[in-house]
Amino acid sequence: MIEVASFRNRLERLGSTVTSQVWRLGYASRFLAYLVLHSGTALRRFRLTVAEIYFAGVLSLVIILVSGLFVGMVLALQGYETLQRFGASESLGVLVALSLVRELGPVVAGLLFASRAGSAITAEIGLMKATEQISAMEMMAVDPIARVVAPRFWGGVISMPLLAALFSAAGIFGGYLVGVQLIGVDAGAFWSQMQAAVDLRNDILNGVIKSVVFGVAVTWISVFEGYDAVPTAEGVSRATTRTVVTSSLAILALDFVLTALMFTGGNS
Amino acid sequence: MNRSMIDLWVGVFVVVGFAALIFLALKVGNLASFSTDQTYQVHAKFANIGGLKVRGPVKSAGVVVGRVADIRFDTESYEAIVAMTINLDYQFPRDTTAKILTSGILGEQYVGLEAGGDGVMLKQGDRVRLTQSAVVLENLISQFLFNKAAEGKDEKK
Amino acid sequence: MSFGYDPAHPVLRDIDLAIARGAVVGIMGQSGCGKTTLLRIIMGAYLPSSGEARVLGHATRSLDGAGLYAMRRKMGMLFQFGALFTDMSVYENVAFPLREHAELPADLMHDLVMLKLEAVGLRGAAHLMPTELSGGMARRVALARSIALDPQLILYDEPFTGLDPISFGVIVRLIRSLNDSLGATSLIVTHDVQEALDVVDYVYFMAAGRVIAQGTPDEIRGSPEPFVNQFVNGKPDGPVPFHYPAPGYAADLEVAPA
Repeated sequence: MIEVASFRNRLERLGSTVTSQVWRLGYASRFLAYLVLHSGTALRRFRLTVAEIYFAGVLSLVIILVSGLFVGMVLALQGYETLQRFGASESLGVLVALSLVRELGPVVAGLLFASRAGSAITAEIGLMKATEQISAMEMMAVDPIARVVAPRFWGGVISMPLLAALFSAAGIFGGYLVGVQLIGVDAGAFWSQMQAAVDLRNDILNGVIKSVVFGVAVTWISVFEGYDAVPTAEGVSRATTRTVVTSSLAILALDFVLTALMFTGGNS
Repeated sequence: MNRSMIDLWVGVFVVVGFAALIFLALKVGNLASFSTDQTYQVHAKFANIGGLKVRGPVKSAGVVVGRVADIRFDTESYEAIVAMTINLDYQFPRDTTAKILTSGILGEQYVGLEAGGDGVMLKQGDRVRLTQSAVVLENLISQFLFNKAAEGKDEKK
Repeated sequence: MSFGYDPAHPVLRDIDLAIARGAVVGIMGQSGCGKTTLLRIIMGAYLPSSGEARVLGHATRSLDGAGLYAMRRKMGMLFQFGALFTDMSVYENVAFPLREHAELPADLMHDLVMLKLEAVGLRGAAHLMPTELSGGMARRVALARSIALDPQLILYDEPFTGLDPISFGVIVRLIRSLNDSLGATSLIVTHDVQEALDVVDYVYFMAAGRVIAQGTPDEIRGSPEPFVNQFVNGKPDGPVPFHYPAPGYAADLEVAPA
């Protein structure tokens, strides 16, 4: 009898967790809609958004470029090992470029962005809430979502595709450094095979679309978690953790969906 | 960090970001190909297109002269109709042969055009009459076995 | 009016108070008696569950978003720890409401900010960041910010919390002088009894969501109400018991008494 009761309790708790998450998603969607509708201030007073592009984009440059460079270098090293066994080492450029442009650029840059800029945005908004700065703004008849949240949202959305492109470019350069300069693959073959294999529309454009989608998802999650945080020190820290975890999972899940839509299919 | 420094760095960031995108588009991708060129379209029928895909290359003498635009199935002749867009700079005679070839041994498949000798050139909407289908591995193997069996019979005679 | 976050559990019951224009009124009581909630209802952040809240001539229930913001522009609120914007300087903080709501030429705005800072005695600190200020100074800057638009109603949420005696005296003096010079009405929520009784014109005493006593400071000091008496005189035991409810003392001890 007691086992049944506790089992039932666990089922109930599972059910309520699921429903509360679904409810939260609905709340977050309304938040996003409100945010977008009230983005007038962020666009009219573009200075605010520019400051946020600085905090989200420029301050992430170092980690993005360095990580991109290393990822490209590792791709070249690992790729050469395998390709060389099939006598296809001249396709190294193709391997590095396609991997980066289609997948690693948007995804890894997105993950890095979520953990660096996303968590910073969440912490900032959460702390403003905890120190009553948000309430103070409301009391002064200024809509905090328009003034504080919207510029951060658009700053993140604008920064993300640029960061992903920079990641891919840095990676290709790193691949070139290792492949051509270090290992000795022919430079001409490296670049020409790459150009023949990487399609502007199919690969690069799709990569850009992915990075835009990831940018929207990550920044949405970051600003929402910050705004919804419990206004205590513990609450803010939990919100920051949730931002990083949820953003990372969202990126990986969206990546699967987008890749399936974009890169598979019949004769085309 | 005062306002003008922030503006400066954001400007630098956006410019460098776009430069990266352009770098990817030009040096990495194949922007320097057919998107803006003038083209004309011809089509050809094949018994078997093998692994040919839309946007696959159309080459002549190894040089890319066009792209596969569309692949459809003709329910009257039960053959594949391949539509190709060819760069206007390259004119081909009416008796050109279109073959489906493979790059390397196991690479991607493309349409190879071998020019004939006719004086009249192909125009927009024309059909390439002489075609050769893709080589299907199974047919090749069964043909090989059949030949081997026929040889064996000849020897016994 | 009455109010509850959850309609089944009212936090404020049968509140009936009227605040005269130009007066400095105190709302006092134990922690958790509902004073801050009352303040938020006056602010318009919550609507009463039953009854009506009329502020500056409008019932808060009848206001839409724009109307609410219009009402708030005539109010100023001082939050418990100041709530200054930490990414802006003192000058920027005080200028914030002016920038958001008034299209002023830069020199006029500068002069207005200096005027407000002078009123609280911090004109020389205009270039500092909030993290460089002491608690008392931060509170004063927040006060300057809340009067930036010359409000008709100023709300103070526990303005004296955690202040040293000098800052305390400064804030007390400022509340009265600003109220009189602006011709405004001030509402102070606090549990610093003695000092508040010196500055207010009228007091409402709350406990457990109800108003249990009201009157002038002298009336409150001499009130026969036992709870008011305990509160005003700071007695440790009375209607609010010293001991948290617990079972018998002897039963809780490990070593049984001989």
